[in-house]
Amino acid sequence: MREHLTEIIVFTVLFLVVSGMGFVASRWRRPKDLASLDEWGLGGRSFGSWVTWFLVGGDLYTAYTFVAVPALLWGAGAMGFFAVPYTVVIYPMVFLVLIRLWSVSHIHGFVTPADFVRARFGSPTLALLIAITGIVATMPYIALQLVGIEAVLKSMGVTGHLPIIIAFAILAAYTYQSGLRAPALIAFVKDTLIYIVILAAVIVIPAKLGGWDVIFNKAQEKFAASPAPGDGILLNANNQLQYVTLAFGSALALFLYPHSITGVLASKNRDVIKRNMSALPAYSLLLGLISLLGFMAIAAGTTPIGKDNNTIVPRLFDQMFPDWFTGVAYAAVGIGALVPAAIMSIAAANLFTRNIYKEYVKPDASDADEARVSKITSLLVKVGAVACILFLDTGFSIDLQLIGGVIILQTLPAVALGLYTRWFHRAGLITGWVAGMGAGMLLLYNIGNPATGKLHFAGSAFPLDKLGLDTKMTVYAGVLALAVNLAVAALGTVVARAAGLADGGDATHPDHYLADEGDPRIKDLDLTAH
Amino acid sequence: MSAPNGNRSDRSPWNRLLLVPIVLPLLPFLFNSDEPRLLGFPMFYWLQLAFIAVGVTCTTIVYQMTKRGR
Repeated sequence: MREHLTEIIVFTVLFLVVSGMGFVASRWRRPKDLASLDEWGLGGRSFGSWVTWFLVGGDLYTAYTFVAVPALLWGAGAMGFFAVPYTVVIYPMVFLVLIRLWSVSHIHGFVTPADFVRARFGSPTLALLIAITGIVATMPYIALQLVGIEAVLKSMGVTGHLPIIIAFAILAAYTYQSGLRAPALIAFVKDTLIYIVILAAVIVIPAKLGGWDVIFNKAQEKFAASPAPGDGILLNANNQLQYVTLAFGSALALFLYPHSITGVLASKNRDVIKRNMSALPAYSLLLGLISLLGFMAIAAGTTPIGKDNNTIVPRLFDQMFPDWFTGVAYAAVGIGALVPAAIMSIAAANLFTRNIYKEYVKPDASDADEARVSKITSLLVKVGAVACILFLDTGFSIDLQLIGGVIILQTLPAVALGLYTRWFHRAGLITGWVAGMGAGMLLLYNIGNPATGKLHFAGSAFPLDKLGLDTKMTVYAGVLALAVNLAVAALGTVVARAAGLADGGDATHPDHYLADEGDPRIKDLDLTAH
Repeated sequence: MSAPNGNRSDRSPWNRLLLVPIVLPLLPFLFNSDEPRLLGFPMFYWLQLAFIAVGVTCTTIVYQMTKRGR
């Protein structure tokens, strides 16, 4: 621990400065009072292009990504690079979808995706399923942010769980006080630090190692020598389909996560969202460069601490940078974990408040009640995430996150397709959801990894030969489960219509999906759906 | 879908441009190759990073052509 003293001091100082900002954030763009979900949970729905860029960027590109993606390249090679196509296809794909969601949400005062589903399909049950899916998918995601911090702490020789508990207690306190304003303000610092660190890394490290040619060649040598069949600096015939479906499926899932939608709804108009869809890929470039740190670590001969591959990037920094700068880099990862963790806990809390508490416990809850319940729930969510890390194996959190991606995809027919069409019957959507969930779990359960001896939940690449096909190809389980969901939802809709089953009402109007800032109905029609 | 208050709609021929950056990165035969290298990067890496620029260009054009006031 002593040889890491400089790093620890730099890390601690930066961490404390940022925490101070989190508390001060409640005064930033100060509203009359914070006692409503619009203010506490969505920052007053007033963020412009810059704030939204930092907020959504800080939200989607998490500390865990920065640690885990390079670790994946370090271990498996080209397959890990799926993060790049994934974050390229996402923005054009959601460009038109999110502005519709923004418009309809502002007219009706929706705070969560489940709010929208409730009004669109007239089904509190379906909304409840969407809300629970969102909460369950988000919890392990928050826990993974702690894995990111842990990797950094471990590399500084700091062990034990106390530092993590303290870090999360501070995070919980300022999120409680400032709501979404806290991560929005902190995101500026986090991203500035990350950009500085990565620019330095991609200039300094390749120069020290003899250039990019050497880095890629060393990686190629490592994978050529390894007995694993799927690795290499290029894809092979059997994992291309997995690469493409994983990139596409992950992109579909990303904006279904409640925390991404929270970031989008907090922006002030449709143009802010459109402009961000063209500016957010700056982070994709960053992520692409970060992922290559995995190959740099191969060329530099970096070894992980124990068997924890997530320590590869922190160890590489320690090896390559002077102590004070390593401290800055570690702080970037540590603070990088706080921003998404705060937004995720707010999003999960909003789902609970709007779609469970208000729906089933206290239908006449006032704005102040809602804000109070959300604040308390956000604390509980964080306690849950810390408990995940303390009491469960880290590997188990990663499994849960994997499952999370597959299950959040099952909300696509109701949330994303629902923005375009009211064709689906609520009963069809519910049976589709049940079928998709079941299929997803079954597929993941049957994915093993012979190399580690793990029989179940060992990854997301489902071997097609298990379906009786004569091939060694694999495919992303989430996409298969979604296909089952869509097929059953369509079939269920036809059957429900034929049987004359009562459908829910639709509180939205085609014109609501086009409204923009300045539209009088955005205030006038507020909360008509409730 | 009709817009009762007149000329507002999300539809625009420019939107079709968004398909380019969605389809390109999902075609591995385009980029799954080591040669030609660029600045030491195998094609697999530099071309996929270049697709980011394609995505930015297409979304920016669509944004500029469909923003309010046009």
